[in-house]
Amino acid sequence: MELVLFIVFGLLALIGAFGVLISQKPVHSALFLLLNFVMLGFLYLVLGAQFLAASQLIVYAGAIVVLFLFVIMLIGSDTVGDFVAKGRTLSRYLSIILGVLFLAGVGYAVGARAFPPAAGAPDFGTTEAAGKVLFTQFLVPFELVSILLLVAMIGAIVLAHGVWPAPSRRPRE
Amino acid sequence: TALLVLVIDTFAGEKRWLVWLALLGTIVAGVTTWSLSLGPTLYLQDMLAADPYALFIDMVVLIITAISLLLAYDWLNSHAHQQGEYVALLLFSAVGMMTMGAATNVITIFVALEILSLSLYVLTGFARERLTSGEAALKYFLLGAFASAFFLYGVALLYGATGHFDLVGIGKNMAGTGLMAAAGVALLLVGFSFKVALAPFHMWTPDVYQGAPTSVTAFMSVGAKAAGFAAFLRFFHVALAGSYATWGPALAALAVLTMTWGNLAALNQESVKRMLAYSSIAHAGYALVGLAAGNALGMSGLLFYLLAYAFMNLGAFGVIIMLEKKGSGDLSMSALRGTAREHPLLAATMAVFMFSLAGVPPLAGFFGKFYVFGAAVKANMTWLAIVGIINSAISAYYYLRVSVLMYMVEPDENTTDVATNNRPVLAFALLVALVFVIGIGLWPGIWMQMAQQAAALLG
Amino acid sequence: MVPTSYYLILAAIIFTLGVIGVLVRRNALVIFMSVEMMMNAVNLTLVALARQKGSLAGQVFVFLIMAVAAAEVAIGLAIVMEIVRHRDTTNVDELNLLKW
Repeated sequence: MELVLFIVFGLLALIGAFGVLISQKPVHSALFLLLNFVMLGFLYLVLGAQFLAASQLIVYAGAIVVLFLFVIMLIGSDTVGDFVAKGRTLSRYLSIILGVLFLAGVGYAVGARAFPPAAGAPDFGTTEAAGKVLFTQFLVPFELVSILLLVAMIGAIVLAHGVWPAPSRRPRE
Repeated sequence: TALLVLVIDTFAGEKRWLVWLALLGTIVAGVTTWSLSLGPTLYLQDMLAADPYALFIDMVVLIITAISLLLAYDWLNSHAHQQGEYVALLLFSAVGMMTMGAATNVITIFVALEILSLSLYVLTGFARERLTSGEAALKYFLLGAFASAFFLYGVALLYGATGHFDLVGIGKNMAGTGLMAAAGVALLLVGFSFKVALAPFHMWTPDVYQGAPTSVTAFMSVGAKAAGFAAFLRFFHVALAGSYATWGPALAALAVLTMTWGNLAALNQESVKRMLAYSSIAHAGYALVGLAAGNALGMSGLLFYLLAYAFMNLGAFGVIIMLEKKGSGDLSMSALRGTAREHPLLAATMAVFMFSLAGVPPLAGFFGKFYVFGAAVKANMTWLAIVGIINSAISAYYYLRVSVLMYMVEPDENTTDVATNNRPVLAFALLVALVFVIGIGLWPGIWMQMAQQAAALLG
Repeated sequence: MVPTSYYLILAAIIFTLGVIGVLVRRNALVIFMSVEMMMNAVNLTLVALARQKGSLAGQVFVFLIMAVAAAEVAIGLAIVMEIVRHRDTTNVDELNLLKW
């Protein structure tokens, strides 16, 4: 059963990834990105990480893709018409070859190890369990991330601050 | 930890305060860090260690921040309307650097790296009226995000191989993990190399250094490098002490590539800032030699080098700020011509910084290189030291070219009538940098002893 | 029980697609999207490994990565807005004021 789910979601995620790459108009690639993120969310569910799946959907699929669409719309999609490296075919093929090589290397490294199948505990990925660990073992990075978000807010405001009355967009946390 | 709390309070009133308060904050943090260094090593959930190593890095970062604040003072008064934000972001990146130096866990390194980079991205794009600044920010951002994705992937693979996030844990069961760990380390190396602008990943450096406002460039070139090397050193030494045989030569090769590439590229640069950008790449190469040597002397040599490099570079950028015309944001070599006639003192300070960068004996730069190359020789990598010395010779050419331009060549007609008299603060910053450069040069012993004491922890 | 390595391979593929995306595409926004995709691939690897190792550390780290990525997006888009305000394009090729 899990295999079937894995295949379905995996394929859709790959389609999403390809879509981001191929599509002409950035709006399409944004939507494909959304597909990719949602599929990854489901994969997390299959992997037993409920808490992450929920936060993935909210944070990524919800906030980040929306922000992308927001900016694309704001800029006006005509000026943002995409130019998929017209005329620079050499660099395109070069990068694809490089990418495939990279994949072979990493894929082999990753795949080579035979992982013992591990059965996760039932409440493995629940919010309560993850929360417990978050606040006990990982307190320091948690605080650091709060500083980081503060920096992001200041930065966004500074940059968006208006000579031209750009809409000051508060980043979604 | 006490370290973090005291640093956070430096920017408590961060929004609208003037530079002076920020400076006061840095000094307070500096004093307390100094007192802390006497106390015992205190760990916080194996994430942060306020050990002598971290405190040495903090001291370096704090000094850098203080001087960059002085450098930025005039620029801020003149036309930046968001002074509070500038200072706040500068302090935030200082916090990021310090936490990076103290981090013993890969996650903390990552988050600190992000705090550091995000504030630098924004600072690079700060001079909004000039498009180059925005463009530099975009380039820096895109490549930065790209590199941190690699860094993350490395961390994930390492987690897969060793099941641990903290450095000690990784180090312990690093032995028989084969390919996956190797891939993880390689990807991590990519992330680090980008941050410290080593050879193959330094493409962004010249553009960003030229585009960003000079005071930001000064801070970025020195601070990010110091923090990057600190985490680099800690990671490679604590986590990968066992497998030195594999990554030792790799780092040595990277060092050679960085040195030569940086030096050669700097030879015929028209803009002084771009020249300094390439020279900073070359210096990253020299520092990497210390790391590649892998022995205790190499490490303390690296720490010493960071300290010496910090002052030299800050000084050089300070002089550029002084000579820069309003808003031009860039200073071409030709503008340098004949500055000795109009501002003799300024030209003299610039000459001192240039000599020190080139590694002329009595000054700090020489001792930095001396210790680092010494370590390479000790680790029977004499060829590395020789390459290093050749590179310093090449670098001497373009450093001297600057001083030659200033002194020998007579000023052409449109020399800049730059107002250098009404900038007391900037002059004071230059003075501080100058004093330190000469001070370190004359009495390297005490600084080296501090570096050794810091490095001893890891040894 | 799908072995973890399947997930890892899938994540590696998505990561590589992201890398190719960054190298090939000329539009700053699309490059940025592929970087986010790479981040997600890393998250998938971490979650798969967390399950396999049975420890929650991986998942918590992924949660932190999400927060970091959100902050990054905020800053990135602000910078892109900055550029667009001056010049009407996000094509990376045209932004070549800073000479090589």
